[in-house]
Amino acid sequence: MFVHLKDVSYTYNLNMPFETVALKGINLKVNRGEFIGIIGHTGCGKTTLLQLLNGLIEPTKGQIFIENVDIHKNKKKLKEIRKKIGLSFQYPENQFFEENIFKEIAFGPKNMGVAEEQLVQSVKKSLQMVDMDYQSFKDRSPFSLSGGEMRRVAIASILAIDPEVIILDEPTASLDPQSCSKLLSVIVDLYQKYHKTIIMVSHNMEIMAKLARRIIVMEKGEIIMDDTPRNIFQKSIDRLEDIGLSLPQVTYTMYKLKKIGKPVSSGILTVEEAKEEILKLVNENKK
Amino acid sequence: MIEFKNVTHFYNTEQNEKIASLSEINLKIHKGDFVAIIGANGSGKSTLVKHINGLLLPSKGEVLVENLNTRDMEEVWNIRKQVGMVFQNPDNQLIATTVEDDIAFGLENIGIKAKEMGERVDWALNIVGLNGLRNSEPHLLSGGQKQRVVIAGALAMNTSYLILDEPTSMLDPKGRKNILEIVKDLNKKESITIVYITQFMSEAAQFDKIFVLDKGRIVLEDSPKKVFDKAEQLLGLSLEVPQITRLARELVKSGLDIPGNILNEDEMVKYLCLYI
Repeated sequence: MFVHLKDVSYTYNLNMPFETVALKGINLKVNRGEFIGIIGHTGCGKTTLLQLLNGLIEPTKGQIFIENVDIHKNKKKLKEIRKKIGLSFQYPENQFFEENIFKEIAFGPKNMGVAEEQLVQSVKKSLQMVDMDYQSFKDRSPFSLSGGEMRRVAIASILAIDPEVIILDEPTASLDPQSCSKLLSVIVDLYQKYHKTIIMVSHNMEIMAKLARRIIVMEKGEIIMDDTPRNIFQKSIDRLEDIGLSLPQVTYTMYKLKKIGKPVSSGILTVEEAKEEILKLVNENKK
Repeated sequence: MIEFKNVTHFYNTEQNEKIASLSEINLKIHKGDFVAIIGANGSGKSTLVKHINGLLLPSKGEVLVENLNTRDMEEVWNIRKQVGMVFQNPDNQLIATTVEDDIAFGLENIGIKAKEMGERVDWALNIVGLNGLRNSEPHLLSGGQKQRVVIAGALAMNTSYLILDEPTSMLDPKGRKNILEIVKDLNKKESITIVYITQFMSEAAQFDKIFVLDKGRIVLEDSPKKVFDKAEQLLGLSLEVPQITRLARELVKSGLDIPGNILNEDEMVKYLCLYI
């Protein structure tokens, strides 16, 4: 296993008057090649968890192992570990600062000591991975891009350090539907074609239901569910409703039909599945 | 009424090119309207609403609010008293150290007396449901609560028009739902005109009317039922229909006799019950 959080807690302002517990007793194992979705309310500890995952902050209790190395016992290794785990914050375009896209993407590897001639290769490859053409984009200002392109350049700048795990915090926030689906297809490529491990936080349940292979639900600093999307949207709908997390519209519709006594199977995640299930029932009813 | 008369807005690029971010916009938003604006990133939505209270001025044409022209420097403050703005990130709009002070800030600026100020703050806090947090520090609140403080601040000014520019894009599902409920109530109970920009089609579906923007032009202006009936056109504009509408369209294609422009779960359940 690749990442292992063992009984990890994190408290802000520890031993101070404004002490706040952000995470408590987190046990989490992430294997290579997983696509994990993390959902939960603002303030449930998602962002703290992401920051712990790439060693930006140190747990106040517990241990974090990456490839079986306790990362906070081996400070020298921390830099190496950060290279393996790329973290993209919310609204990453707010962190752009270079005059052109080449420099923006080359900044990370350059800082890590990659030689000039290799930089070109690395930028080229990163742009290719987010489906952007090197020649047409390298000299443009990152600020001249559309919202969706900015997000892709931000991801490319993380890919440039060649991480194995990519952590994305609300990557699609405030993108229009088309830019959103383009970005999602890039993320699916990173997972399927380039075999990156993906950990993604999103409030969009439709996206989570469709893309993630494993969903972690957090509430008040704890992991309260950790299962496949199907199991989560099948077994735990009432619980999700209780804590105020929304469901994809089709999942919710099927759930409502079931509640009024219709013989539908629950845990429907996509439009296609809903369509099949409904047509099957309509035909059975005709007979 | 808010009225745009043939409004065009140019901005200059780094290369000194003139680019029109709005072209020949004509629109009327009446008092009490409940409208959504949708459009691709960069289609001009934010530029359009920033014209309503004179944050931006048209390069050509006129914008009138209750017949006051936004170009008229003497009237622009009267316009701003009537038009409240709520942006995407509440952190950029909060300034005071307590919720109460934040809401009172605008009132102090226009010289409202202490007693009336107290009454207005109470009223606004009540509407957004933040009475229990009046003495809290704004930066310790959740995103949804912060956004409610911003809305309360606008309400306290006796705003008759509330413009919200993607107010829920940074919020979790509970926060989103809550803001939408508040906005609906403001329209129904307090008769406040709402203009709401969103990237969530399922949110836009809940308004009385939708304006669709493309490259600085209004290309559709209709009820959600009619707008989301044009799924192909919306796709061409980088938009889409809500997920439930996609399902309705798929079912229609497969021969089920239901409307293709179903907009919410309850409606879908109602029609499906005819068949299963």
